[in-house]
Amino acid sequence: MTTDIKTVQLFVTCLVDKFFPETGLAVVDILEELGLTVEFPLAQTCCGQPAFNAGFWDDARAMARYTIDVLAPSDAPIVIPSGSCGDMIIHHYVDLLADDPDYAAQARAVSARTYEFTQFLVDVLGVTDLHSTATGCIAYHASCHGLRGLGLKTQPRQLLDQVAGIEPKDLPGSEECCGFGGLFAVKMSQISGAILQRKLDNIEASGADTITGTDVSCLMHIAGGLRRRGSTINVKHIAEILRER
Amino acid sequence: MAVSNVTFYERVEEALHDRQLQTALDISTTRFTTGRKNALAALPEAEALRDHARRIRAHTIAHLDRYLAQFADAVEQTGGQVHWAETAAEANHIVANLALSRNVKNVVKSKSMVSEELHLNQTLEAHGMRVVETDLGEYIAQLAEEKPSHIIAPVIHKTREDVANLFRRKLQATDEDLTDVPHMTALARRVLRNEFLQADMGVSGCNFAVAETGSICLVTNEGNGRLTTTTPRLHVALMGMERLVPTMEDLGVMLQILARSATGQKTSVYTNIITGPRRTAAGQPVEPDGPDELHVVIIDNGRSQILGSELAEILYCIRCGACLNACPVYQQIGGHAYNSVYQGPVGSVVTPGLYGLDPWHELPQASTLCGACREVCPVRINIPRMLLKLRSEAVEAGLNPGWLKWSLGLYRQAVVRPSKYHFGSQLTSWISQKVADNGWIKNLPGPLSGWTDHRDFPALAKKSFSQRWREERNQ
Repeated sequence: MTTDIKTVQLFVTCLVDKFFPETGLAVVDILEELGLTVEFPLAQTCCGQPAFNAGFWDDARAMARYTIDVLAPSDAPIVIPSGSCGDMIIHHYVDLLADDPDYAAQARAVSARTYEFTQFLVDVLGVTDLHSTATGCIAYHASCHGLRGLGLKTQPRQLLDQVAGIEPKDLPGSEECCGFGGLFAVKMSQISGAILQRKLDNIEASGADTITGTDVSCLMHIAGGLRRRGSTINVKHIAEILRER
Repeated sequence: MAVSNVTFYERVEEALHDRQLQTALDISTTRFTTGRKNALAALPEAEALRDHARRIRAHTIAHLDRYLAQFADAVEQTGGQVHWAETAAEANHIVANLALSRNVKNVVKSKSMVSEELHLNQTLEAHGMRVVETDLGEYIAQLAEEKPSHIIAPVIHKTREDVANLFRRKLQATDEDLTDVPHMTALARRVLRNEFLQADMGVSGCNFAVAETGSICLVTNEGNGRLTTTTPRLHVALMGMERLVPTMEDLGVMLQILARSATGQKTSVYTNIITGPRRTAAGQPVEPDGPDELHVVIIDNGRSQILGSELAEILYCIRCGACLNACPVYQQIGGHAYNSVYQGPVGSVVTPGLYGLDPWHELPQASTLCGACREVCPVRINIPRMLLKLRSEAVEAGLNPGWLKWSLGLYRQAVVRPSKYHFGSQLTSWISQKVADNGWIKNLPGPLSGWTDHRDFPALAKKSFSQRWREERNQ
C-alpha cells in the first residue's frame, strides 16, 4: 500500500445495513487490517436509488441531499460495498443536483471521492493480495451497474485470484443481468423471474458451490431464486470471502 | 399508432409461455450477440470507429436542418424529387398520389421500418394496388399476416417448420419445395422474381442518406433492395428525416460498424448507393437500368418532437438491432410483446418519443437498467439514461400505480429522518423474523407478492450493521 490515505468513510448501503450486516463487518475488518481508520456516519440511511430508478426524482433528490449532508463532515474517501449505489452517488447525484445551487458542487465533490469497495482496494490502494485463505468452488457474477456503470471488469477478479485454497469456476454469461433491476423485480416480476431462471441455470451448470459478487442486491435476488429451487449453493459477498483466513 | 386492447402484461405472459418463441429467441439472439462480438473483436480499430460514428451522428443531428436542405438540393440536381411529410398520413397521401397518378397496379417493397410506422401497405391496398414485401423475412411476415418482431430479423420468432407450413398453405409448396432451407428460399425467390418483373413501383427504405451527393444507401443481404429500386419504372424511397450523414466518407464509417453490429457480418451482401434516377441525354436513357423517376419522401412523423427533447440522442440510432439482441428483457419476451414498430431498448425510447408516453408508459419500465444496450450500441447511445428520463416523465404525468407513489413518499420521509428510519426497520425486522422460515420469506403481501412469485425474500437481520457498530464501538 503506497498511498497516504489514513481514513475512509464507509457508506454501507441500506441493504447491507438492514439485511446483510456480515458483509459490512467484513468490509470493515479488511479496511482496518490494511491500517485504515473507518468512519461510519451513523445518520446514514439510503442513497435514494429506488426512487431515482422508479422516476420519482424529487424524492430521489431529497435523499441525495440528505446523504450528501451525512457524508459532508469528512473529506476522506467514501467506500461503498456496492457498484449500484456507487454508480448512483458517483454518476446520478451529479446529474440530479446539477441545477441545485446549494448542492451541485457538493454532489461533484462527493462523487469525486466515492469508490466501490473492490475499486478502492485495487485502483486506489493498489492492493490485490489480502492474504486470504478460503475454501470452495467459487464463481463470480458481475453485477451490471458496477460492471457497466463503474467499469469494474477486472478488480473483483484480481482480488479473488489471490485467495488461497479456492477453486475458481467459470460462470457462463457471468456479465449478463440477473433480472433484479430494483423495483422492476416487483413491478414486472414475471420478466424478472424469467431472466433469473437463466442466471440460475448457468450457476448450476458452472459447478460452483459458492457464488460471489460485489452487490448484495443481485446476490439477494440470486440467493432467493436458488433457495426457491431447493439448491444448496452458497451466496456470499466478495468481502466475506476476502476476509476469510 | 393504434394501441392494442390486450395489455402489455398479457402479451408478456403469452410470450413467456410460448416455448417455441423462447427457443427461437434463444438461438437467434445468441447467434447475433456472438456474431457481433467476434466481428468487432476482429476489427482492431472498432472502438475508435464507434467513437467516430457517434461524432458523425451527433454532428448531423445537431445540424439536421442544414444537412436536410443540402440533401434535398442534391437529390433534385441528380434528377430526383423530394417530398416532405410531417405526419404518417401526409406520407401515405404523397406515396398514394404518386402511384395513382402514374397508374401503378403492382408495388414491390424492400425492407423499410419507417413504412411500418405509416402502415403504407394498407393505404396502397385500399387504393386497389397489390403490395408485395420482398425482404424474405418481411415476405414471410406478410404471408403470415403478422408484424415484424425485430428491426433487422422480422421473423426471428418463427421456426423453419412454421415457415414450411406457411409456404404450403399460401404458396402451395410441394414436399420437394420444403426439403430444406435452400429449397424453401429458392421457392420464395421464384415467386418474388415474378413480382419484381411485374411491378410498376418499387418502395424502399433508406439506411443512410448522403447529404453532399443526394444519395440513398440501402444495405440488404438478399439483393431485393437492388431489384426493388432498379426494375420498376418508379422508385419511391421513404426516409426518416434523421437518416442523414454529411459525406460519402462518413457513410464509409457507418457501413463499417452497421453490419458488424447487426449480424456480425463484415459487410452486408449488397450495399446499394443510389444517386438519382436512370440518366438520360436528349430524352434517351444513357444508363442500362434504373427507374424513370426517383422520389424521396422525407418523413418527420414525431421526430421533430424528439429532436427538441432530452431524448434527441435516440435519433443517432442506425437501426442495427444490437440492443434488442443484448437486452435480457427482449431475450425473454421477444418483439411482439412491445406491440410497437420499434422494439427492445431503442423501441422503448423511440415509441413513447414518437407517439406520446401515455399509451406506451409500460415500455420504459420494461428494463432492468443493466446497461447492455448502451454497451453494444455502435454509436454509444445512453439508452438507460433516456429510459430513466421517461420514467420521471411518467411520474410527473401520474402514470404510476398509487401504491408506488405512496410507499416511496413514505420511504423518503423515513430516509431523511434516521430515527424514524431505524425504528421502522426494527419493526419490519421483527415482523419479518416472525414470518420467515429459516431467515427466508415465501409469501410477501400485496404488490410485493411479485417478488415471492419467483424467489424467496430474506428476512431483515435481527441486528442491523448500524446497531452492531453502535454497540461494539460504544457510539
